[in-house]
Amino acid sequence: MNRQLAQTLAATPLPAIDAMLDTRHGPILYLEDVSVSFDGFKALNHLSLYITTGELRCLIGPNGAGKTTLMDVITGKTRPDSGAVFFGQRIDLLELDEPAIAQAGICRKFQKPSVFEALTVFENLELALHTNKNPWHTLFFCLTPRQRERIDEVLITIGLRNHSQHFAGILSHGQKQWLEIGMLLMQEPKVMLVDEPIAGMTQHEIERTAELLLSLQGQHTIVVVEHDMAFIRTIADKVTVLHEGAVLTEGTMDEIHNDSRVIQVYLGAAC
Amino acid sequence: MKHLLFAHHDKFSRTIVLALAILTIGIPLLTLLTPVESVFHCSAYTLSLLGKYLTFALVGLSLDLVWGYCGILALGQGAFFALGGYVMGMYLMRQIGARGVYGNPELPDFMVFLNWQELPWYWLGVNHFGVMLLLVGLVPGLLAWVFGGLAFRSRVTGVYLSIITQALTYALLLAFFRNEMGFGGNNGLTDFKDILGFNCQSEAVRVALFFLSGLALLGSYLLCHAVVHSKLGRVVMAIRDQEARVRFLGYRVELFKLWIFVFAAILAGIAGALYVPQVGIINPSEFSPLNSLEIVIWVAIGGRGTLYGAIIGAILVNYGKTVLTGLLPEAWLYILGSLFVLVTLLLPQGLVGWLRSYTKERSA
Repeated sequence: MNRQLAQTLAATPLPAIDAMLDTRHGPILYLEDVSVSFDGFKALNHLSLYITTGELRCLIGPNGAGKTTLMDVITGKTRPDSGAVFFGQRIDLLELDEPAIAQAGICRKFQKPSVFEALTVFENLELALHTNKNPWHTLFFCLTPRQRERIDEVLITIGLRNHSQHFAGILSHGQKQWLEIGMLLMQEPKVMLVDEPIAGMTQHEIERTAELLLSLQGQHTIVVVEHDMAFIRTIADKVTVLHEGAVLTEGTMDEIHNDSRVIQVYLGAAC
Repeated sequence: MKHLLFAHHDKFSRTIVLALAILTIGIPLLTLLTPVESVFHCSAYTLSLLGKYLTFALVGLSLDLVWGYCGILALGQGAFFALGGYVMGMYLMRQIGARGVYGNPELPDFMVFLNWQELPWYWLGVNHFGVMLLLVGLVPGLLAWVFGGLAFRSRVTGVYLSIITQALTYALLLAFFRNEMGFGGNNGLTDFKDILGFNCQSEAVRVALFFLSGLALLGSYLLCHAVVHSKLGRVVMAIRDQEARVRFLGYRVELFKLWIFVFAAILAGIAGALYVPQVGIINPSEFSPLNSLEIVIWVAIGGRGTLYGAIIGAILVNYGKTVLTGLLPEAWLYILGSLFVLVTLLLPQGLVGWLRSYTKERSA
């Protein structure tokens, strides 16, 4: 790991990271020829993917297509066997570990809602807040009025204002998913990786989640992994189909829907 | 930090702070002010016994921080306690001077017996009180830092971590048994004469040691309370519940674990240093894995993740031990074992958790 770069990122205020990122050429995430194998099984097979700054990209694909592995590679959880992963033009993500990547602005919502149930909603957001995260700084940390305002803003955005002092453990499944999206927002992300945001939600909750993601579009680059086609149709401008660890095709939902290969591997299997 | 020391205390926490403060000030005052034959006068024996409980409560407190809040089931907390104890023991040995059996002004008796000609380098300096105080925190802290640094960076967790902490204390036990280590081998360090020029056996020293043990416990309690109510405390609890998730929020999990582990080791070292002059001996059996397991049992019985539960558990279990080992010496380990099983099965939150739910029911 590149310790020096990790330390620089941890201590750099966000606007300065913008300058380091250099996204003038468009893409904010570059994955080139990435391969990952587990015991001979190729989870990712020479995959290349480019995500443009500010877009809302949906990733679909049958089970085992490599969607979660892809997120693991971007966030530093899994090291690829080969290939290159860049954040903007300059930051090589393969040189960084999970905390450094998170501090640089790539934040992830997990498939299973993973909020901290022993802490209140407010405290969950406070933990996620983008700030210096070394132990001594954390020990003496006090919220500034500006940061408190920011937490209130996010509480309103995710519709949990009235629950701010409740323990996260008592929230409904859907509310936990929103809280986790709220935690991503607190991290001031450049890129949000959102894994199955509507799993287990009621129809009403699904609609609100779609509104929430659409309202964030533009301010953040968002990558959504989802199975629900109707939901993707509501939010997506561009869809990437993964199959057997590589990109099968990319395009709008209609293009995808009429692509015979996609129907064969994915939609066909679902029918 | 200062405003945190006295903030966020609930009813139980305030009660325990008050009780500790009254005990720490009251018992020494009564003992000094009342004549020897009075019922309020504590004998030297009672004072040392109570003082010993307080030092045990302090190790229990340190373990609760590591186990109850950070989720690391450390089965080697006794090692840090014993190291602090050995540092104090070395200081006390050097105070004996020429009054030893062999009358050597420099070397403790066991070194003369081993035919050593001069003090090993690691004994130099401990005869100064200030250096000793520094080492009491530094030695356990340094070991915890090196050991924890390696273990946490390699992401060793769960039972594997518990087993290596147990192995650590066992390795130290074996090492300290060896005469060549220069810590008195099997017999350890004992036959202490005086501390800061005062006779170790005198009532005034006993009173002072009791008072200091109470003060150390109270101070550490307030400090631990402030730590667990800081943002660092919340990060640590988040690590306990979902370690991987915390990494993706940008926290270096291993540094936070290390912080807590080292802090707890220092507290345990202080407890050990206060324990040794009150019992008059430190030997390798203090490193015994069984001791560390007992600390876990105190905390489990008292109720982990509350801080005051650890204090209550340590004092109650050790009081029980004193009484029962007098009445039924053979039965104690069986009783302790069954207590642990019963508490785990019936009161998973410990005595404190039970008391909490009981008072909640009554008020509701």
